[in-house]
Amino acid sequence: MKELLRSWIEGETDPLEDLLDTSTREDQDREARKKISQEKIHRLEKDPKVQESVERVRKRFRKIYLAVAIISCISLSCVLLYTISLLPRYGAENPRATEVVSRYVEKGIEETGAVNIVSGMILDYRAFDTLGESHVLFTALICVMILLRIDRKNQRTGYEDYYTIRSDTYYDLSKDAILPLIGRILLPCILLYGIYILLNGQNSPGGGFSGGAVIGAGMILFSAAFGMKTADRFLTLKLCNMITFVSLAFYAFAKGYVFFMGANGLESHIPKGTPGAILSGGMILPLDIAVGLVVSVTMFGFYSLFRRGSIGMDVDYESFSSKRRKRPGGKKKS
Amino acid sequence: MTHREILTILLLVILIICAVSVNIITDLLQSVITFMAYSFVMAVVWILMESPDLGITEAAVGAGVSGILFLMTLKKIRREDEHDPADEMEERELPEKEQSNEGEKA
Repeated sequence: MKELLRSWIEGETDPLEDLLDTSTREDQDREARKKISQEKIHRLEKDPKVQESVERVRKRFRKIYLAVAIISCISLSCVLLYTISLLPRYGAENPRATEVVSRYVEKGIEETGAVNIVSGMILDYRAFDTLGESHVLFTALICVMILLRIDRKNQRTGYEDYYTIRSDTYYDLSKDAILPLIGRILLPCILLYGIYILLNGQNSPGGGFSGGAVIGAGMILFSAAFGMKTADRFLTLKLCNMITFVSLAFYAFAKGYVFFMGANGLESHIPKGTPGAILSGGMILPLDIAVGLVVSVTMFGFYSLFRRGSIGMDVDYESFSSKRRKRPGGKKKS
Repeated sequence: MTHREILTILLLVILIICAVSVNIITDLLQSVITFMAYSFVMAVVWILMESPDLGITEAAVGAGVSGILFLMTLKKIRREDEHDPADEMEERELPEKEQSNEGEKA
């Protein structure tokens, strides 16, 4: 009894499945009618006159389709162009476009301590925007995980998953001649460049998003060139979740603290540093690191989930491929 | 016109050509590669418009990561209509399965 209850709760069995006949009289009638109409359609399809008229309608429909497509395209681009014409002119002396900008340009370095004014804007004045963007990435990763992840619970759901893992073990490029060699030469440069962009965001162009994207691309190259198993050694799902959570939580708490202190006219005790030095800009450097970690982990997670449906060694490959050797429609082992 | 303006106009023309041809090309692989080229040209345009921050991000995300994701998806959806070498590999590596089938026949 207990066993049955447990399996019912987990959704494996439905105890009421055989007891209830949910199809009503109307359903049966409808099905019978459907059958008759299908037979009629089959008979009509073979008639040459009907075929001719169907072809004519299809041709006409294609013409109409083309016309509607062109008209909607043109009208949509007209609407967009009209909207663009309403924007303030590029570099115009327009108060609503220049007031905030001039404030940022004049007082930006003094107030944020960042030489790169873009970093000062997105990670100081408008830091909550960036927090929201990081959460969008995080949500996107969760959605991809829901759709594509293969874990122990749904391993037996279909040929689809089996194919994903099998093709991944076959198309392993780590035995290729070119890719690992090029990877060995390029990877240090890509990763170093990414880290440089990330850490120097307050002084030169770059910052969390771009640096994180470059590091994520480097990690993708790493896992493509040296095999997924090598990448699994340092990045597991647990670590991935941990990095994302800790970064987002740190970002929210740190920025919340700064905004709370600033709004209430209190001293925030975070030194601004001399503009131009690596340790300048107050909270910008740690926030950059947090955003960069989230972005790079998300990029790598996308790739990993698209490629084989898991981050890290989630699925035991050997047992998986031996379990699912039969294809639907193929011969079944007796 | 300065050299910079000529270069900008040239790049914008290439951008429009890329954007239109992404839709016109029927082969999905070519379409993805054109899309990546579009992103790359866009990155250069961002740098010409003096916003290198966006340029770096566009080059890394648009021309790099999203292109890779498109290619991964293409690899997955193409398996039905193309010859799949993984099938051959499986047949080669599974002698026990064949043996069991032969046993059934016998």
